Amino acid sequence: MSASVLYDAPGPKARIRNRVYSVIGTLAVLGLIAFIVVRLNDKGQFAPEMWDIFNYAGVRNDIVDGLLTTLQVFAVAAVLSLALGVVLAVGRLSDHKAVRWFATGFIELFRSIPLLITIYALWQIFLTYKNDLGFAGDGTEFWALVVGLAVYNGSVQAEVLRAGINSVPKGQREAAYALGMRKTQVMMTILIPQGVRAMLPTIISQLVVTLKDTSLGYVITYQELLYQVQQIAGNTVVNDDYPYVPLIIVGGAIYVALCMALSALATWIERRGRRAKSGIAVAPAEQPIAAGDALDVIDHSEVAGPAGTATKN
Amino acid sequence: MNLLFDYFPEFREGFLGTLSLTAASAALALILGIVMAGFRVSPIPPLRAFGTAWVTLLRNTPLTLLFLIAFFVIPQILFPGTSPYKLAVGALGCYTSTFICEAVRSGISTVPIGQAEAARSLGMTFFQTLRMIVLPQATRTVIPPLSSIFIALTKNSAIAGAFSNTELFNVSKLLNDKGYPTGWIFLWIALAYLVITLAISGLFRLLERRMEVAR
Repeated sequence: MSASVLYDAPGPKARIRNRVYSVIGTLAVLGLIAFIVVRLNDKGQFAPEMWDIFNYAGVRNDIVDGLLTTLQVFAVAAVLSLALGVVLAVGRLSDHKAVRWFATGFIELFRSIPLLITIYALWQIFLTYKNDLGFAGDGTEFWALVVGLAVYNGSVQAEVLRAGINSVPKGQREAAYALGMRKTQVMMTILIPQGVRAMLPTIISQLVVTLKDTSLGYVITYQELLYQVQQIAGNTVVNDDYPYVPLIIVGGAIYVALCMALSALATWIERRGRRAKSGIAVAPAEQPIAAGDALDVIDHSEVAGPAGTATKN
Repeated sequence: MNLLFDYFPEFREGFLGTLSLTAASAALALILGIVMAGFRVSPIPPLRAFGTAWVTLLRNTPLTLLFLIAFFVIPQILFPGTSPYKLAVGALGCYTSTFICEAVRSGISTVPIGQAEAARSLGMTFFQTLRMIVLPQATRTVIPPLSSIFIALTKNSAIAGAFSNTELFNVSKLLNDKGYPTGWIFLWIALAYLVITLAISGLFRLLERRMEVAR
């Protein structure tokens, strides 16, 4: 149902009223923004000197370093989480009871624990066995963050993939077995490719979550973008004040731009998938809140039909 | 086992801290989320734009960054000397409200069109249609996603522990600093979270069953 169903096409009176509300609404929103800007200005956060810090090569290099570190963590964690996701999804669908139980237990355990706690525990363990594991420099923090992200997001990706594999029509599997393919062949060449195709928007949306969660490195003092931003802000004094606002605006803009680019990719793939007539519904590109929802996603997209698709952002 | 009993007061404090953080920010997120969903379907363009901007911006921001804003910027400009608890509730509430907004909005879209049309033909205004006809019927479809949103909120509240709040992450940090085995601490903390998340999903399943109606 599009929004316009909720109200009539405005008549002359309603049009005037809507216009009045529009003006009031605009003023309220603008007033709020103006209030914040004025307060920040009073605190000197918009003074030219505050923003001048971005002209220093040191500050710029630190931000670029942080960004590259964040991207590096994201890249490694994304690859590992996808690999782990495939293994866990296949494990959970396995014919062997022991494998199935192990995969289910693993997924349910790490999904239900806050990622921060997993990362922190890994960090402590890695610190204890630092020499045995052969970590140098900030390798401890890097691997704690990467392994934590991979374990948590791998569990979520596994559930997403399982939903995708289950959404492949039964005939595909039966046809493959009828052709004499073996279990592994059916899974690798028939089910997973089609499952991935169906869930690609959700998989990418979960990658957005992974990207956002790299900022948890801040808590374990790993020098990714957020930590760098906070360090620069906390160690630079301009006009007897710390330039938190300029740095948070710049750092925030980088994060928002990265995440929005990835989300846009997911939405684009979803739209492309909807046009194709493969008979398998493509999941919506919304960020999955919890992995369990991924299983409902397919049902929703079939049941909701045209009414449901009208509200996608 | 000893660890839990030796530090039972700390565990209890942490557990209650997580519980109260989750409850307070859930309430804030629910109110903000419903208001924002109302904005996003309203006939007034600036409010619609504001709702869309709110959701797009906050959804694509890492929660840790929101905490940074809440703890380093907000006290400077708006309310100096706000307690860490209130700041954490604010950050968690605003972040979660975007998910609730989207859940409510897709809930609104599942109410049959005829309902809103009938309300309009009875002469109801937009606000009346939304409040008396559409939202009550949307509640039923919104409840299952709300359950997973609140579970995610419970897990996100761990970040508040890194910003001087007393809750379960803080307990795990404290015990780790004291040098107890990480594995055991991890298991006990995990169990505490499991209690909360299972309680939430149980509560919502109960709600779902009570509100179930043949349609």
